[in-house]
Amino acid sequence: MSESERDPGRGLPQLRAHLVVERPRFRLDIELAADAGQVIALLGPNGAGKTTALRALAGLTPLSGGHITLDGGALHTLPVERRPIGVVFQDYLLFPHLSALDNVAFGPRCQGASKHDARRTAGAWLERVGLAEHAADRPRQLSGGQAQRVALARALAVEPRLLLLDEPLAALDAHTRLEIRSRLRRHLGDFDGATILVTHDPLDAMVLADHLVVIENGAVVQQGPPAEVARRPRTDYVARLVGLNLYRGVADEQQVTVGDVIFSVTERIHGPVFIAFPPSAVALFRTRPDGTPRNLWQARIEGIERHGDNVRVHLEGPITAAADITPAAVADLDLTAGQQVWAAVKATETHAYPA
Amino acid sequence: MVLAVVGMAFLVLPLAGLLVRAPWSTMPERLAEPQVLEALRLSLVTATIATAVCLVLGVPLAWLLARVSFPGRRLVRALVTIPLVLPPVVGGVALLLVLGRRGLVGQWLESAFGISLPFTTAGVVVAEAFVAMPFLVISVEGALRAADLRYEEAAATLGASRWVVFRRVTMPLIAPGIVAGAVLCWARALGEFGATITFAGNFPGRTQTMPLAVYLALETEPDAAIVLSLLLLLVSVAILAGLRDRWVTSA
Repeated sequence: MSESERDPGRGLPQLRAHLVVERPRFRLDIELAADAGQVIALLGPNGAGKTTALRALAGLTPLSGGHITLDGGALHTLPVERRPIGVVFQDYLLFPHLSALDNVAFGPRCQGASKHDARRTAGAWLERVGLAEHAADRPRQLSGGQAQRVALARALAVEPRLLLLDEPLAALDAHTRLEIRSRLRRHLGDFDGATILVTHDPLDAMVLADHLVVIENGAVVQQGPPAEVARRPRTDYVARLVGLNLYRGVADEQQVTVGDVIFSVTERIHGPVFIAFPPSAVALFRTRPDGTPRNLWQARIEGIERHGDNVRVHLEGPITAAADITPAAVADLDLTAGQQVWAAVKATETHAYPA
Repeated sequence: MVLAVVGMAFLVLPLAGLLVRAPWSTMPERLAEPQVLEALRLSLVTATIATAVCLVLGVPLAWLLARVSFPGRRLVRALVTIPLVLPPVVGGVALLLVLGRRGLVGQWLESAFGISLPFTTAGVVVAEAFVAMPFLVISVEGALRAADLRYEEAAATLGASRWVVFRRVTMPLIAPGIVAGAVLCWARALGEFGATITFAGNFPGRTQTMPLAVYLALETEPDAAIVLSLLLLLVSVAILAGLRDRWVTSA
């Protein structure tokens, strides 16, 4: 592809998609939009349809309905090989019979570049991902993190308008993951097309994406900027991901009723609401504490487990909740599973918002 | 245990017999006989051409069977493997009926192009390819089925057309299967007897391959038959050794 062909239209790739994929016992129906340079994370539990959505965007899974528009043109009518996309697959799928350099040169070759030019382009991309010295290596000689970077270089070397990443960090060990995540973030920052990132890891999504789209059972359940989603989860799945206790209740002024429990909140709000608070805001007592009956309920300890430096106590009762307390507190209170305790939350640590 | 030893002896002893009874003293002269060299040359050439024909026709056929779902695919697969179980003589007769001078296709080939296959070297190639092709098709189809389709998907997302995907990704990935299939196919073609003698006859220098020469020599000159047999055995062992190396290195 020559410079003159590449430049026009390089300004604003905009993705607008309505993806409908019907399977015998599953239906995906979601809408997505991405602006130039934007990174959208599709977040959801296993089987939610994230990968199906990505495959539909790539053209690897046919749409049952809907449409995909990229830069104002229809994308869904094009066969896979004619779509201006780059895909990083979950286990990278580097061609085992080709060197790292030839893997990256594969796309430019398919676009009509000469062998020499394709290799030069590929060399430049390997340089950008910091793997110039591994150009001659076969994929099986590369570490997981290196293979991931080659896969990214291969996807970007075709100068895609839409970059699709399927769990790009899932196959890496914790240590490598940290480093590769920040590298990936830099590369995504340099990329001027739209990026769709599929992940089940909230941290990946928060660090890498400008906008989260949470999918459950083939439908969008929540979307917004990462901070917003983290602060105001709207489903149990999201709440668990971001580590909050989440309940649906009815608000009346500064009071929210969740079943038998009444919470005081700082927000002035009415009607159906969500109320969320972190496990660290929950305090436990062996005997009923004095004072207001609000923000207080009696619970049974379901289980106790280590959680970072603290101990997480799972509570059953009128509401299901998690409480994070210090190991010292566990010892002081002599907590064991099956015990009855009193749980309390400070009003200032709760957060209520319209449901 | 005893049965196993008997079984092994049954397979190995005849080969050992060949070695024991071989006329070692006159071996060099016998090997240099023009008739022997001619038969050997003809065998190697026809088996190689037959293998090439099988590759050109068999790999696409294997791809069709492995990758394209169409009605009657199972039937086609069953038909393709018939030469595998068919007595080769029957194959030769069938080839004669279809490609012979008065055959369904042969008639037309002769009138339209002046091509006549029976009792020619080309006929040897046809007979060998007919018998040997299932070995290649089955081996390549197995390799195609075992290959990870997602590599082909990855290639497509990089802009590769179906043909480019096949040539630059699928073929290299299944190369070990193709090589193994081609070697089996070649070995089968080299040893072909029944279909060849039925369809192509037994003309020295033209259609008399090694197996035919062995059979003929056995009646007139048993020592020559042993020498020719040893030669074929040597080629077979070489193939086996080559294949093993292939499999060991690719595993």
